[in-house]
Amino acid sequence: MSKTNIQKKSSKRDLSSNAFRETMAAYGFLLPNFLGFAIFTAIPVVVSLFMAFTYWNIFSKPIWIGLDNFRSLLWFRHDGGHLVPNDPFFWQYLYNTVFLMMGIPLGMAGSLILALMLNQKIKGVVFFRTVYFLPSVSAGVALLILWKYIFNSEVGLLNQCIRSAGAVIYASKPLAMLFTIFCAAVFGLIIIGIIASVLSFLSWICEKLKFYWPEWLYRILVILSSAAVYIIIAAYGRSFFVTMSNFMGDPPNWLGMVSWAKPSLMFMGFWGSIGGFNAILYLAALQGVPRSMYEAAEIDGASGWKKFWSVTWPMISPTTFYIMIMGVIAGMQSGFMQAKIMTGGGPVGSTTTLEYYLYKTAFENFNMGYASAISWFIFIVVLMLTLITWKLGGQLVSYE
Amino acid sequence: MNKLGLGTKIFLYVILTLGAISMVIPFLWMLSTSIKQPGEVFSTTGGIKWIPEHFFWHDTMVDGKLVRAWWGNYPDAWNAVNLPRLYLNSIYVAVCVTLGQVSTSIMAAFSFARLRFPGRDRLFLAYLATMMIPGSVTMIPVFVIFKHLGLINTYSALIIPGMFSAGGTFMLRQFFMSLPGELEDAAKIDGCGYIGILRNVVIPLSKPAIATITTFTFMGSWGGFMWPLVVTISEQLRTIPIGLNYFVGVNFTNYTQMMAVSMMAVIPVILLFIFNQRYFVEGIKMSGFGGR
Repeated sequence: MSKTNIQKKSSKRDLSSNAFRETMAAYGFLLPNFLGFAIFTAIPVVVSLFMAFTYWNIFSKPIWIGLDNFRSLLWFRHDGGHLVPNDPFFWQYLYNTVFLMMGIPLGMAGSLILALMLNQKIKGVVFFRTVYFLPSVSAGVALLILWKYIFNSEVGLLNQCIRSAGAVIYASKPLAMLFTIFCAAVFGLIIIGIIASVLSFLSWICEKLKFYWPEWLYRILVILSSAAVYIIIAAYGRSFFVTMSNFMGDPPNWLGMVSWAKPSLMFMGFWGSIGGFNAILYLAALQGVPRSMYEAAEIDGASGWKKFWSVTWPMISPTTFYIMIMGVIAGMQSGFMQAKIMTGGGPVGSTTTLEYYLYKTAFENFNMGYASAISWFIFIVVLMLTLITWKLGGQLVSYE
Repeated sequence: MNKLGLGTKIFLYVILTLGAISMVIPFLWMLSTSIKQPGEVFSTTGGIKWIPEHFFWHDTMVDGKLVRAWWGNYPDAWNAVNLPRLYLNSIYVAVCVTLGQVSTSIMAAFSFARLRFPGRDRLFLAYLATMMIPGSVTMIPVFVIFKHLGLINTYSALIIPGMFSAGGTFMLRQFFMSLPGELEDAAKIDGCGYIGILRNVVIPLSKPAIATITTFTFMGSWGGFMWPLVVTISEQLRTIPIGLNYFVGVNFTNYTQMMAVSMMAVIPVILLFIFNQRYFVEGIKMSGFGGR
């Protein structure tokens, strides 16, 4: 009796000292990382919030100005009967940032398609993987310099290609006609794709609202709108031809024109983001889909396309969701390197993003308080976008 | 996936090859330009010239005399930006950052994944939340801290802030969680302490994950631009991206040299990737990274 009691006691003490040792070991292992986290994340966040309420140019003492930074960043004032933003540049740069972020879903789609192709049993997968990952591996200043040169209007690779292709195509009339028709068809397909996705989005919303429209109505709408698109294109065929031949003969100065600078940067981003970490994530997710589910779908008579929508897409939706959130977070903070190296933020500020504005405000104009206010704006937008994506994603993602 | 029909296979190869060509062409053009003579890039008539006229040599004037030089852009560019210095700086910074970040992440991840202690889950959530804080929010205060410590324009400023990462901790934790607990128990019975378990059991089993984050950290540090730009002033401390940036400012019309420098900046990372790539998919799949 007493013996068992003693045993119990000693084992209990043993256990508690074990737990104590474990806790101490855990804190010990955590300490280095935690110290770094405290010094380089936690304290700076607090300091940054404080700085956002000050005017400070590093050289003198910070002056507390309350909400003034945020007021001049976000507020509007009356000016001759019009409502004018206090800081019109900020709104332009915010627009630029959001515009450039529209490239994110494109890049995601590219990564997914690439991962689907690399997940097939074909020879040379390792070779293809290496090649597609080259851009994202070597991403950085060197690559941006390369692209600045590619986009050069005189000697750039892109315009040289377009010019020489144009010279060949517009030398013979039938070829020129065929090419025009081909381009018109592709152009039309893109517009029809946009119309179809808007329609399917509408039908999805209607479904949520318990209002079902019949399948045939959707189909008729798509068919009618495609017919309308092609009729319009055919009617403007001649001017389309002229526009195309002018374009090919004298391609634009991509980074030097307000209308082309952002699309050019998006194109470059697309090229760089097809391979890379997102594609690896997708590949890993695809390899995690159990074979048995495909076999079950096959027994149910599902074809390749149907299998994708009913098995693959739901199974990899957590990955899509994760990539989307990470993309949004990164997108809000992007554009610094491109602006610094390729465009200088121009032409006319059309490629200046919030991140570049922040850098200029902090380290060129030394207005640390205002820069902190900008960074807090970015933080809050990221936070809200993440919450929204989280909320929406929760509905779309299936975790089974 | 199941077997593919011949038609699908051919289609797949065609698409993959076309895509691969479009991935490689910019690099080939970079290589091609880097071995051209400055005059040759402007010959825009009649398509693109891929192979320069003088493939192995070019003629330069040195002190009024014609000298035949071999691959002249490379040595010229090498001297123009003091590339050896840039390389050494980049390698030194990247190695230190990687060693620091990987080791602190391994320890923290082991703690989060394998040990029980009060407040663990709450602390881990706090870590996750910090992944959402934009770097720009913390950058200015960190700059100010380093300015007060008098560490601006030193290697410490380049290295220390990069040594801690919530992302690496998160990924390694996911991986460590998937390891079987029996091995750990066996090691405990054999008299291993926690350091012993970490060193003899967890790390050897996690090679793919550790290789993955090592490579990504190294590449991230190698390509880092904004922070080095902010904290370095002297030429002696420039890393490769900063050096290239100064070169752009000074010398952008000299395309052939630019491409030669870019080429030399890109090659090391590509080699590193090719050596390590077999680990990536494995490492990420097993860590269950990606919201799973």
